Amino acid sequence: MTKKYTGGKIFAALTYVFLYAPIIVLIVFSFNATKSRTIWSGFTLDWYRELFHDSLIMSSLQTTLLVSVIASLIAAVIGTFAAIGFYNMKKNWRSPLLLVNNIPVVNADIITGVSLSLLFVSAGALMGFQLGFGTLLIAHISFDIPYVILSVMPKLYQLDRNLFEAAQDLGCTWFQTVYKVIIPEIMPGIINGLLIAFTMSVDDFVISYFTAGSSVQTLSMTIYAMTRRRISPKINAISTLLFAVVLILLVIVNVREARQHKAEIKKEKMLKGTN
Amino acid sequence: MKKTFSVVICAVMLICLFSGCGGSKTTNGVVNVYNWGEYIDTDLITQFENETGIKVNYKTYESNEQMYSVLKQGGVSYDVIIPSDYMISRLIDEDMLEPLNFDNIPNYSLIDDSLKSMAYDPDNTYSVPYMWGTIGIIYDPTVVGEVDSWSALFDEKNEGNILMFDNSRDAMAIALKYLGYSMNSTDETELNEAYELLKQQKPILQGYVMDQIFDKLESGEAAIGPYYAGDYLTMHAENPNLKFCIPKEGSNVFVDAMCVLKNAENKDNAEAFINFMSGTEQSMANSEYIGYTSPNKEVEDLIDIDDFTRSVMYPDDATLAKCESYINLPQETLDYYDEMWVKLKS
Amino acid sequence: MSKNKLFSGTVGAVGGFFDRFRRQSFAYPYVLWMALFVVIPIILIGVYAFTSAQGTFTLENFSGMTDYAPVFGRSLWLAFLATVICILIGYPVALAISRADSKTQRILLMLIMLPMWINFLLRTYAWMSLLENTGLINRLLASIGVFDLINSLHAGDAGYSPITHFQLINTNGAVILGMVYNYLPFMILPIESVIVKIDPFVIEAAQDLGANSGTVFRKVILPLSLSGVISGITMVFVPAVSTFVISKLLSNGTVMLLGDLIEMQFSGAAYNPHLGSAISLIMMVIVVICMSVMSKFGEGEEQAVVM
Repeated sequence: MTKKYTGGKIFAALTYVFLYAPIIVLIVFSFNATKSRTIWSGFTLDWYRELFHDSLIMSSLQTTLLVSVIASLIAAVIGTFAAIGFYNMKKNWRSPLLLVNNIPVVNADIITGVSLSLLFVSAGALMGFQLGFGTLLIAHISFDIPYVILSVMPKLYQLDRNLFEAAQDLGCTWFQTVYKVIIPEIMPGIINGLLIAFTMSVDDFVISYFTAGSSVQTLSMTIYAMTRRRISPKINAISTLLFAVVLILLVIVNVREARQHKAEIKKEKMLKGTN
Repeated sequence: MKKTFSVVICAVMLICLFSGCGGSKTTNGVVNVYNWGEYIDTDLITQFENETGIKVNYKTYESNEQMYSVLKQGGVSYDVIIPSDYMISRLIDEDMLEPLNFDNIPNYSLIDDSLKSMAYDPDNTYSVPYMWGTIGIIYDPTVVGEVDSWSALFDEKNEGNILMFDNSRDAMAIALKYLGYSMNSTDETELNEAYELLKQQKPILQGYVMDQIFDKLESGEAAIGPYYAGDYLTMHAENPNLKFCIPKEGSNVFVDAMCVLKNAENKDNAEAFINFMSGTEQSMANSEYIGYTSPNKEVEDLIDIDDFTRSVMYPDDATLAKCESYINLPQETLDYYDEMWVKLKS
Repeated sequence: MSKNKLFSGTVGAVGGFFDRFRRQSFAYPYVLWMALFVVIPIILIGVYAFTSAQGTFTLENFSGMTDYAPVFGRSLWLAFLATVICILIGYPVALAISRADSKTQRILLMLIMLPMWINFLLRTYAWMSLLENTGLINRLLASIGVFDLINSLHAGDAGYSPITHFQLINTNGAVILGMVYNYLPFMILPIESVIVKIDPFVIEAAQDLGANSGTVFRKVILPLSLSGVISGITMVFVPAVSTFVISKLLSNGTVMLLGDLIEMQFSGAAYNPHLGSAISLIMMVIVVICMSVMSKFGEGEEQAVVM
């Protein structure tokens, strides 16, 4: 193709500007000397200082990280085993179960949140517990697992059907087959699912809003409460920090992938060379 | 990929531990407080925690109705709540409050007598007043001119600059008062008229807000809106152009009081909190910070404010005579309010 | 010899059966979990929708539904517009990215994903600073004299009052903008991942057969990328129809969507979980209908998630 596609490129560039302009504005005004979000009056780091002294924001950050890490890990375990189980089922069992599995993914999250809160409140009234970290965790696990399953299933389908039998013929117990043969093969799918689940948990607002109750707050809930009151550039400061962290992480991941890719190409070249 | 992942996990774990080290010196348990937004001097919370060793979990709500929804939904465990007068009588009727043990609240004696034995809690069993104040119109005269009547909120020439209360009782009260009716009316014709008026107002509004009004009036994003006297003082400090008026048709005077929820887990800690906030020094500091009027009888003389602030914080008798208090409405009317509010916003 | 084979065959079959059962049983804990935390909550919504506050079976929650028809209509219409705009913007961008070399592609994709990782509340909040009457866009326009120009053009009109800003926030447009901004990456990524997988030989073959680039696009690329567009639609439409944060932040309660309506019934200003459940039920039905129409055309959201 020798065409330049300049029209498309310009359009794409404009779209990128559209995507990043508000974020840049947020970041710039997080350093603003006054509370104004639109008039620049000077540089200061005060808002960041206030941010770190705000115990509510710090504790909601801790809650978010804790819930997301624990929920995604548990979801990865349950989800992987469930995927293996589904893989071995007959089609007429598997299809309806996969359909139910997809419900949290397809359903609007306000409905998931509201339905879970109805469940927890009714059960809580009967059994004497309240909304709190436990219910929050259960809710997060519930919407994380489908993402893990959706990541692992394709990897399972790529496996050789006879891997189970082959391993057992070679003397593995059923236990060993799963842990030493199957799981390492599907590990990329599991990791992928884990990361997606973690992202969905960290970013979630609506489901947490309905299931966290009075004693815990996630970061999104705290930010929402802040937007309902006097707006402080502390919100801008949080955005900048989040942006910086995510940017660094993505850069690291991509640099490593690029390096790996280069190493693989080198390896191939070497092998071709010797052949 | 795996290595990156483990690095990330380690980093995340470290952050968890680090933020956990924020330093919570709780030795005497916790107290869960549910209050209006922008309604406390946060230094007082820290002071309370340091003096008593009780950790305060502080959450906020936007309106009495929202607080009621959250409590009714269940599954939550708040100890101290700070609703308004009419909501307190509703909660008492629905048996949702715990009688207070006033032996734990000696500072109750400092409360002004005019605020005791009020209609919403006639036997003084369930509540201790927190703050009181009035509702009025806050406006920027350079944009909307001088205002002395609720009509300014319904005037088309102020289109796009008008903010309105985002809760059913305050919004209806304004409409009812403007039409010349009582804000506690249960008459269906009067209520329907008020609803129609609000419907007509909707297209010229900038929005329905509660605490978001602070930024909007301070920055000049909007020019007129009804809100509470104390918050006017806060906004005035940022934008001296703003003026406050209690309209000639009359307005609302309210009392917010601290209550303990039935089956609260930390009743003693809750009463300790209530006692702390009622102390003269604390109530005065709180009043100075949020601008509302303290119910403590010693504060009026001790508080160090200028005449302008005093005129808003302690309105004269003539102004107060124009103001009506809310009473709790019968369930039928309440259902109508809910239905009407949802329809209005739709 | 044959007896041995038969024996080991049977043992193998029986063992295989138990094996299969054991492998299947991996899924049983999750099946239980799903029953408890996915199926029962939805049944509860149904139960609440059909009961009244006193606990009796009733249809009255649904009878008043026509009052909320404007909210339903508005939500569906705004979500539809937002989805269409996402396609119109997202498709060309996905096409442009797919044409870049693989190193640039990776960077470009990363730049698309980066905003997705920032909390969507913050992304929506960012637009407030831009769209407000005293926000950056209006200030910018004022400083380059746009309003002065407009005012001078209309100076002679009767009853004309000079404007100082464009009304950007608190409009349907602001809400659509918020939706597009938040969900655009969810449209770009699936489309791009599908276009990239189109076999370049197919395109070459089409060109060899005499098609110009316009025809190649219309008859080859577009049909083959349709499943990506479908995935994108499913990932944009449902959140757009059910959001309440975007309308709360960008319209200050003047534009009420389904999400706002439901939220009001559960923890907002008008507590009525039965009405809220009824509305949720109807929303679920609408979503199911839309999704099943979509799934006839494509592979659904699974494709999008796996990418």
